[in-house]
This record gives sequence, C-alpha cells and structure tokens, in this order.
Amino acid sequence: MFAYVVRRVLATIPVMAIVALFVFSLLYIAPGDPAAVIAGDQATPDDVERIRASLGLDRPYLVRFGAWVWDIMRGDLGVSIFTNLPVSTMIRQRIEPTLSLMVVTLILAVSIAVPMGVVAAWRQGTWIDRAVMAFAVLGFSVPVFVVGYVLAYFFALEWDLLPVQGYTPFARGFWPWLENLILPAIALGSVYIALIARITRATMLEVLQQDYIRTARAKGLNQGGILFLHALKNAAVPIITVIGIGIALLIGGAVVTESVFAIPGLGRLTVDAILRRDYPVIQGVVLLFSFVYVLVNLAIDLAYTLFDPRIRY
Amino acid sequence: MIGRRGVLAASAAAMVAPSVVSAQGGVERTLRVIPQANLTSVDPVWTTAVVTRNHAFMIYDQICAQDSKGEIQPQMAEGWTIADDQLSWTFTLREGLAFHDGERVLAKDAVASIKRWARRDPFMQVLIGNVAEVEALDDRRFRFRLHRPVPLLSMALGQTQFPCFVMPERIASTDAFTQIRETVGSGPFRFIAGEWNPGQRAVWAKNERYVPRQGAVDGLAGGRVPKIDRIEWTIITDPATSANAMSQGEQDYWEYPLHDLLPLLRRNREVVVQQRLLDGTYGVCRFNTLQPPFNNPAIRRAVAMAVDQRDYLRAVAGEDPAGWGVCEGVFTCGTALANESGSEILKTRSIERAKQALVAAGYKGEKVVLIAPGDYPQINALSLVTADLLQRIGMNVEFVSTDWGTLIQRRASKEPVERGGWSVFHTTSSGQALSLPVYHLFLRANAASAWFGWPDEPAIEQLRREWVQTGDPAESRRIAEQLNAKALESMYYIPLGFYWQPSAWRRNVTGVFRAPATVFWNIGKG
Repeated sequence: MFAYVVRRVLATIPVMAIVALFVFSLLYIAPGDPAAVIAGDQATPDDVERIRASLGLDRPYLVRFGAWVWDIMRGDLGVSIFTNLPVSTMIRQRIEPTLSLMVVTLILAVSIAVPMGVVAAWRQGTWIDRAVMAFAVLGFSVPVFVVGYVLAYFFALEWDLLPVQGYTPFARGFWPWLENLILPAIALGSVYIALIARITRATMLEVLQQDYIRTARAKGLNQGGILFLHALKNAAVPIITVIGIGIALLIGGAVVTESVFAIPGLGRLTVDAILRRDYPVIQGVVLLFSFVYVLVNLAIDLAYTLFDPRIRY
Repeated sequence: MIGRRGVLAASAAAMVAPSVVSAQGGVERTLRVIPQANLTSVDPVWTTAVVTRNHAFMIYDQICAQDSKGEIQPQMAEGWTIADDQLSWTFTLREGLAFHDGERVLAKDAVASIKRWARRDPFMQVLIGNVAEVEALDDRRFRFRLHRPVPLLSMALGQTQFPCFVMPERIASTDAFTQIRETVGSGPFRFIAGEWNPGQRAVWAKNERYVPRQGAVDGLAGGRVPKIDRIEWTIITDPATSANAMSQGEQDYWEYPLHDLLPLLRRNREVVVQQRLLDGTYGVCRFNTLQPPFNNPAIRRAVAMAVDQRDYLRAVAGEDPAGWGVCEGVFTCGTALANESGSEILKTRSIERAKQALVAAGYKGEKVVLIAPGDYPQINALSLVTADLLQRIGMNVEFVSTDWGTLIQRRASKEPVERGGWSVFHTTSSGQALSLPVYHLFLRANAASAWFGWPDEPAIEQLRREWVQTGDPAESRRIAEQLNAKALESMYYIPLGFYWQPSAWRRNVTGVFRAPATVFWNIGKG
C-alpha cells in the first residue's frame, strides 16, 4: 500500500510537467498582450514595447519557459504582472474561500444526494422515485447562475435571511463564515446532488437485486440496515468515483458561483487573470488545480480499499 | 432601514461586544464601495487604468487640481509665479504637508515626481521639448525653466486625465516603466497594503495628519477633507449581485451601475442614483485607414451618413434622453472648443443615402472585419449597432466577438483582414480626454505614430501644433473649428455621442459632490 502511494505520488511529477508545458505553450500562442493592457490607450507603441521588455515578455519562448520551470523547482511560482505580488501570496489569499465553498458543497451534496438515491432505489417506480428523478433532471438542466439568482432573490432580497454576497473568513466565527456559503453551496451543489443521486439510485438498484440482499431480508434484518449497511456499502465504489469526478465539476462551477456571489476565490482569480493575460497567475492556478485533481484521484483510489476489501494495491 | 438580518446580527453582536470601536475610541465609520473595476496595480504612472488613478487620488496629493469649471487651481502648491519673459515658473508648496510615513513633503519630492510622470504623460510629452529644467530651489520652492513659453503648463500639471501625483523622492526616482511597490503618499487617505487582496478588496484609512487646503471643495480643487475613517472597496463583478448588495445595504456606494439596472435602483427609496462625474462618456467608431475598404475616405464618409448617434446611445444607455446626448463634433460638447464646423455629414442619418454614397465610392464587397469586446457591455453595444448598420447599407461584414484583452492586441495589427487584421472597432473615452487637441488621442493623424487606424493627415497635425503654441482664445477656437472640419472630412473615426454614467449610493451617505473623477474626500456616512 505504502509503495503504491509513493508510486502514485511520483507519477504526478511527469503529469505536472506535461501540464506545465501545455499551459505555458497555450498561453504563449494565445492572443493578448498584458503590456498593452497596462499601458492603456494613451501609450505609444514604444511605451508598450518598453513595458513588455521590463516584464521580460520579449524574451524567446525557451528562455521564458526555462526560467519559469527553474523558479517552480525552487518553489517560486513567480510574481503577478499586474499586482507585483507573489503568485503564491495571491493563491494563499484565495484558497480559503474556494476550499470552504467546495467543502460545504461536498458535505451538503453528499448528505442530501446519497439518501435521496437510496430511497429512490428502495421505492423504485413510486412517486418518491419519480420525484427524485425529476429533481435530478432539474438539477442537471438549470444553470448554476440561474439557481444562484433565484436563491439570492428569495433568501436574501425577499426574506432577508442570508447575505446577498461576500465571504467572511472562518477565523471570524463559524456562523458568519457559514451564512455566506449556504446559498452558493446550494447553487453549486444542485448539479452535484443530481449527479450523485442518479448514480446512487442506479447502483443501488443493481445491488438490491443481489442474492445476499435477499438473504439479509430472509434473515429478518430491518430495512434501514439492509439499505445503508449492506447495500450502500457494496454500491459505494461507483458513487465514490462519481464524487471524485465531481470535484472537477466543482472547480469549474466555482468560477460561476464565485462571480454570482462575489466570493473571492480561486475561480475568480483565474478568470480575472485570463482576462488580463496575467500569465504567472494563470500558470500558478492551473498547476495548483492539476495537482489537486491528481491528489483527489489518489485519495479516491485509496478510499476504494475502505469500502471493498477485495481491492488491494 | 434595518432588515431582519440586521436586527439578528445586532442582537448577537450586543451579546458579545459593546460595539465596533476605532483605536481612537470613537465608532469607526466605513464607506463600503463597489468600484468600477478591480484594483490590480497601485502605481498611477506605470498604468493608465482609471481605477488605479482613483486609488491614487486617495493616497496622493496634486500640485494643482481641476475645479468643477475645468479651471486649474493650486492644491499642494500655495501658488505659483510666472516670470515676465514667461520662461520660468516657480511653485511654492503649502506649509504642513507630510507623507504618510511622517516625512515632510519637500520640493525635491515634487521635482522627482514630475520627472517620472512626464516620462509617461502624453500631454507633458508634447510640452517637454520646451522645458529646459525642473529644479528644487529650497525645501518649499521648485522651478520650471523653459526654452519657450508654455502657457499650458499648469493645465498639464493639474489635469485629471493622467494626473501628476507627488510621491517621496526615493519612490519617484523609480524608472517610469517599472512598477513601484510602496504606497506612501501625502493624500487624505492611507492605503492599507496588508488588507489588499486584488480581485476582492482594497482598504484605505483616514490620514489623520492630512492638512486640507482652506476653502470649500470644488471639483477636485479646494479643501479635500477626509470625513470617513475607512474606505473599503469590494470587487463585485456581477452587476445583478452589485444591485442586490446595494438594495440590501451590504454596500454603500456603487461607482458604475449598469444602465439596465438603474430603474431597479431608482425604485429603492434607500438608494440615490445621480450623475456624479462631470463629463459624459463618448463613443467612438474607429476605422483602419491602411486596409481596404476603409483606406478609401469616401467609403468612411458613406458609413458616417448612415449613423444616427441616438441609435447607439439608446443601445448603451436606454430610452431616457436624459441619460445621453448627441454630440456631432470631435471635441467634448459643452467645452470651449466644441463646434460643428463640417459636421453636416453626421446629420444625414440616412441608410438610403449611405447606400448610394457607398456605391459611388466604389465599394466592391470587400470584407469588413468588425472586432467587438463581449466583456465590455457598452462597447459591445456600440459594435452591434455598427455591425447592423454596415449590413443594412450593403457591406460584407464579419463580426468577431472576443474579449478586450484579445481586441487590444488585434487592433495593433496593420495586416489585411485575411491575415488577422481588422477593419473597424469601437471604444469609449471620458469627455475630458477629448476636450483639447493636445491630448485628444483619436484626433491624432500622424500616420504610423497615430492611434490604431493610423490616419495620415499632415494638415491636422499642423493645426494641432499651431493650437499648442497659441495662447489666444479666439485663435484657439478658430483652429478647433478647422480641426473639426478636417477630421470629419477625412472621417477616420466617427463620433458616436455621449452617455452619462451615474453612480448610486445609500441615502445615509452624505456630502457626495460632482467632480471630474470618483473621489471620496468630503463624503460622510450618517
């Protein structure tokens, strides 16, 4: 097991190298010029050129790539072209809101979706099943920003129960932190809930047809025990896989949710950096996302062993 | 009005703490502002971003400043004297000026700041050839020595477009093309760098040691009195969310509300919506004069005959005529040089006549590439109107929707459209930037050195040089009329009129005054 973990962690190195090369090359060939953005409309072409030179953007591709890789190997993600702040500082400033949003969304989604899927499978063909599936279709179909606006309209504007926007750090208290995250988490989680609920239902339906479930029923086990201890545990592997895949969805969805609810997270940092062509920030954030995704996949692979003892590494 | 959440929060707060108090013991008043854009840089010389300039107005002071009538008044300067031969200007700084780090503001700081700013300011670039030296005479006095008289010197120093802010000499000696890191000024507010999270928040605190000029505030001139303890900018990129935050009292001031949302804000009795900036925002349709079909002035004029500015302004600012104005000349309407000499072509407003003119001009169906920024709602609206208009008069239009970052790179291309070039794009500008030939960017017609589109009209450049040299108002006016006529004859850009950009603030925000820029001194909160 330990050897497997080490192997997987080492395998992230070539993956990250490929991601780094890809991101850097993509940005190099993409249109846009941060020097022109900085210089503004009044600047002469000479001014723009001088700014470009001062930022090192006039150097050849290989020189820039080499310098960037060298800096990364020393743990330095570089400095933002615009703010002059280290990229690592900017990411640190933004990581808490995004992490908070993802954790709350994940907890909310799993705690709602898994029971929904289990109950829908248990009551297959009834109105409960149809209601769950209808909710899932709705969750898939309605864009995150529409859900966000509707929630903000009712819960913030009409009923004045929760704030419209913003983020309060956890250090300032649990409730102030949570109240800013409830609406965004519901909005972001709607797709996720739909996805997990559907997968849970489908997997549970398959498991509930198995002989050992019939045996458990014959032995007189109660319904809750059968569903949650026997069936759900055996249905867990695909559900966990979907939860893992969904984290990528969360990262993508966070960009929109953070904009709608003005949460200063990594999603907005990425979009702002892309619009301004702040290359060091884009590169830093994409590398971080890739690293997180690789780690999440590793964590999911390891989690399989907890639910299915037949899986060994 | 206190909402349900306000009552609940207040009750909870009352249980745990008596109130929010400042270090001085009083209740701290914070003005929560949604700025027009994200503050990405704190150096107003390095970048020309308006949001950076607005930040700079808070932390720096100016030697002289523009009042509400556009006149230049002393600000940090007690005053200035001009030698009889007009070849020397001597400025004297006011007593009691100090930087945020406690150091006195000295003449050498002003000199270093002027020199750095002059390297980048297009206005000063025109004048600098006449300046022999800028030198400190003692702690409070500095002098411009000139080769030739420069009547526009105080106007350059006091302009709002690219203001000359005073920094400590050690910071101002940084190269003008390198971004400064420190934010030490002598203005009415201090920047709290530790709380700056670009994309989320920027914070300023009152400069308790600031000595305002005596007298009432007047535009950017007069007494700049910091009346609020703390100013917090929160970056909210989504306009609907900004409107909701204003409605709920989560924010106090919104600099640039989207025009579509103004009716919603006006219906809220707790929110005031008013025009605060003194100048309107002007739309511009810019042609590439190097490539077909717009290398043909007759085709450009044919397009101008189809333009009805009201269509553009409605697309941007809505149906209410109070929100915009037709301005069929190249200079800012309502200013001294505004005129309509040669503007008759813009009053044609006829698709049919434009079609005929297009045929007569020899248009042969060449492709027109119109680039539009989807992430700038106002400029995008202008672009959509032009695209429709060009199609209606029979042009072969390709509409390329992109983001601003891509547009500003593509507009620099002088290639044909088949090789990544362009034919038309739009932009906007503050009225202030179009009021005088000396810094009127779109008027320049010095070929390869001109703004994108690169018009080559030596007569216009000659007139501009004559205007800079003249000090006579009547002569200045005569030259402006010739400039207007020449520019509209060549029609390398089409003026599209102006719209007002109101601001919104909560009713408990007091002392809001009209100015050429968004500034926060003299504003309080009840």
